[in-house]
Amino acid sequence: MSDHAVELRDVSKRYYLGDHLGSGRNLRDVAASYLAHRGRPPVQVLWALRNVTLDVTSGEAIGLVGRNGAGKTTMLRIVTRISEPTSGISRTRGRVGSLLEVGTGFHPDLTGRENVYLNGAVLGMARREVRRKFDDIIDFAGLARFVDTPVKRYSSGMYMRLAFSVAAFLDAEILAVDEVLAVGDAEFQQRCLGKMSEIEESGRTILFVSHNMDAVRRLCSRSIWLEGGEIKMLGPTPGIIDAYLSSGVDRRGRRSYPETSAPVLLKQVAVIDAVGQPSQFLLRDEPFSLEVVYQVREPVPSLDLSAVVADARGHKILDEALSDTQGLGVAQPGTYTARLPIPPVLNVGDYSVSIWLGSAYEEFVWEEHALRFHLEGQTNNRPDRLLNLGLRWRTDNVAGRLRNEEHKPLH
Amino acid sequence: MTSPEWIENAPKGARPLAALRDLWRFRELVGFLALRDLKVRYKQAAFGVIWVVVQPIVGMLVLTVVFHDLGHVKTSGIAYVPSTILGYTAWSYVSATVVTMTGSFIVNAPLVTKVYFPRLVMPVGAVLPGLVDLAGGLVVTAGFLVWYHVVPTIALVTLPLWIAALAVIAFSAGTLLGTLNVQFRDVGQVVGLLVQIWFFITPIAYLSTLVPGRLAWVYHLNPMAGVLDGLRWSVLAGPAPSVSSFASLGSGLILLVAATLYFLRSERRFADIL
Repeated sequence: MSDHAVELRDVSKRYYLGDHLGSGRNLRDVAASYLAHRGRPPVQVLWALRNVTLDVTSGEAIGLVGRNGAGKTTMLRIVTRISEPTSGISRTRGRVGSLLEVGTGFHPDLTGRENVYLNGAVLGMARREVRRKFDDIIDFAGLARFVDTPVKRYSSGMYMRLAFSVAAFLDAEILAVDEVLAVGDAEFQQRCLGKMSEIEESGRTILFVSHNMDAVRRLCSRSIWLEGGEIKMLGPTPGIIDAYLSSGVDRRGRRSYPETSAPVLLKQVAVIDAVGQPSQFLLRDEPFSLEVVYQVREPVPSLDLSAVVADARGHKILDEALSDTQGLGVAQPGTYTARLPIPPVLNVGDYSVSIWLGSAYEEFVWEEHALRFHLEGQTNNRPDRLLNLGLRWRTDNVAGRLRNEEHKPLH
Repeated sequence: MTSPEWIENAPKGARPLAALRDLWRFRELVGFLALRDLKVRYKQAAFGVIWVVVQPIVGMLVLTVVFHDLGHVKTSGIAYVPSTILGYTAWSYVSATVVTMTGSFIVNAPLVTKVYFPRLVMPVGAVLPGLVDLAGGLVVTAGFLVWYHVVPTIALVTLPLWIAALAVIAFSAGTLLGTLNVQFRDVGQVVGLLVQIWFFITPIAYLSTLVPGRLAWVYHLNPMAGVLDGLRWSVLAGPAPSVSSFASLGSGLILLVAATLYFLRSERRFADIL
């Protein structure tokens, strides 16, 4: 008999894109679409998962990495039975808890206490079980004083803490976790990770999706790299993360995008090193720049551009917009190259670049984690700091100054 | 070593029995969702529970003036006011529940897309909160019974049956419209009109005996007609439901089965559509 907790056999998931069978259509659209296609199947089909076969051993923590849209969340949704595969079969053994979002089912008008019970029930906990763990949950969240306050009066940090705490005390044999650590402050994230490790050590099975490579490395011994709905690689975490980080983008640190019909489109994103070469591996002590090539198809008033640099924990370190330093006119049709020089201020580590193009009224491009790059160099034993500005201390001899003051009245 | 059984997730048709078993396992969630809706509704309402009493009285007054005083509608054998307040109370429960349920799957989308639970929990939980208002309305009705010296017969023991029937009707109609609404958002626009039409073909401000004999069977295809006959028989010592009420029973059961099966067939795709 196998000691697997999760088994996926040839699992595929198909989504229809666009208006064909999507959400919130009205009858007129359906009629129009039917007339247009005469009952032929809709053309825009997306296979979010394709023939995925996987065994997860009981008690194992397995990481799922991959770009947005690679199928990570879809996989969790199928394992947890939130959605049904189009073909294939997914099987789980033991109670499954899903943490695809913190605070699922929280209602702003209810108090902390009421929400703990409600959220517990949503996650599949019995009332008895919640009652038994209630004090622990509140303690872990550090919100004892606020249990009877409606959560709409909570700060977002308090809200997240409470929500995570409920889920953390869920006694599920299998836990599917999606990017929940991307929220909350650094200290709480560390505590969450600690709690997750504890859960893992207690023999529970964890499927862990994150863009935070540090967290995946810490928690998961084995990982899967998903791309285009397929398992691209499966193996020990360090190897998977290395392979993943140095791909998806080409090795030269440049990423090109296919043509679309959007009025504003992203053509290329690149990280350029100090000598002007696109590269993914840069020296911490040297300046580098981000290069964005985009095309404007029709005049767009106040077209703004922004680049976000986030670290491996998902913290936004930089978010530099065109409008921060210059006025925005009407962007005329044409292809543009925008370059953003970045001084050597970031610490050693893995970073991602996300690109946004839009105006006050419309978003044209939001390419999250378009590129990843790595800064190499000395951390001077302080790997945890976000910035290394190399600021200069000014030191004065205190004794000397005192003597000066003593002299002052004499003048 | 004890190993729990495998739970499968594979493309399959609706399996009503498995769905019911699952529903039973998650029965506490049904209660919590119902409790949530109740609490939220009364949390910041200054007069809170008073509305439960005021609404049926005001509704009854309006109907009495329009139908009885101006329209000269008679309720032979039963005093008009108790008959109407009972009808209005029952109707309010069903109509309010149906309207809420039409949007409830969409409102619960954040839940549906983030966590697994038997989706049947939602419509089942949605019929419960209104029962509080229904109970309030029945207390008010009891007051009017005293006022009008109406003494219920032994038929009063069947009251829970009729309340259950109201809940079943609300569940069926609400589930049907709510499920349709997930796929076709037009339904949300139409539901107001549908409920209005339903109001007039339901014996609320009049009695079903007003309908000529030949049409009684057709009229009773509206399941609410039979249930209101039964309620008046049970509470107001009115005449026993006529044979044509079996049409209500039949159509009610068909609606229940159809709505449940349609829901079970559609809910598997809720997470993808919402």
